[in-house]
Amino acid sequence: MNIVNQLQRQFIDFSTSLHREGFVDDQFTQLQKLQDENSPDFVVEVVSLFFEDCEKLINNMARALEQTQGVDFKQVDASVHQLKGSSSSIGAMRVKNACIAFRSFCEAQNREGCLRCLQQVTHEYSLLKNKLQTLFTLEQQILAAGGSIPVVD
Amino acid sequence: MMLGNCATSSSLSTTSDEDIVNNNLTALVVDDSPMIRKLHDMHLKKFGLKVQVAENGKNAIDLFRCGASFNLILMDKEMPIMDGAEATRELRTMGVTSMIVGVTSLDSIFDRQAFMEAGLDHCFTKPLTTENINFLLQELNKNNEEN
Repeated sequence: MNIVNQLQRQFIDFSTSLHREGFVDDQFTQLQKLQDENSPDFVVEVVSLFFEDCEKLINNMARALEQTQGVDFKQVDASVHQLKGSSSSIGAMRVKNACIAFRSFCEAQNREGCLRCLQQVTHEYSLLKNKLQTLFTLEQQILAAGGSIPVVD
Repeated sequence: MMLGNCATSSSLSTTSDEDIVNNNLTALVVDDSPMIRKLHDMHLKKFGLKVQVAENGKNAIDLFRCGASFNLILMDKEMPIMDGAEATRELRTMGVTSMIVGVTSLDSIFDRQAFMEAGLDHCFTKPLTTENINFLLQELNKNNEEN
């Protein structure tokens, strides 16, 4: 097996594991299908914007939960709600699911529960960031070796 | 002309009859998230539409006031300065007859109903899927044939 085939095999295995472990769902596959030779960096650009969103919203949630004078749970919920929307739009399934759990603690106005959820969301976002970075690196290696990126359905 | 389910990955990257039909269609994506604007912009362009974006309801209204018009508006609900419901009400008051479609993270039926009552033609929960867009294009092309 030559180097391109090896890398492509690695890519397919890694992609499959991302889906199997629930990091991404079919919405991410739809996102990848939107990329073409006219927009070769589309997925990387959208994912970068998503991670910028994540960081901003996580900071908003942390600040709102820190308020000693009384937490504005509506404000926390608004950020969680936004993150749920973004994460579902790019297929970041575990982040989205963490947001769903988070929202019920906001509704219950449970600060401890919210703080645990914030930790979970932050954790899932970090994991996903690493996983996608690995995916993009594999893609670059395949292209650099003269191969094409396999389509994984 | 009936549109079939045309959005397979191969038909998304080659010109098809559907692209030629959809090339006359224009769309405005209204959302405060740069990521969502980029995503929906690309998604609609893949179907052959000409797309513009606006980052909140007020910017969308200003575009119409400057004489722009669009066949389709994808309207987020939660936006700063002017939200999607207010923008939709304002556009309808202005006499805008474009198809206005809510695309929102709101998952309570009550909230979605309230958004619909602002004057939407349809309302979808995020994420916007290829099936959703297919459906909207069928509706748009049906409307065009009736006119």
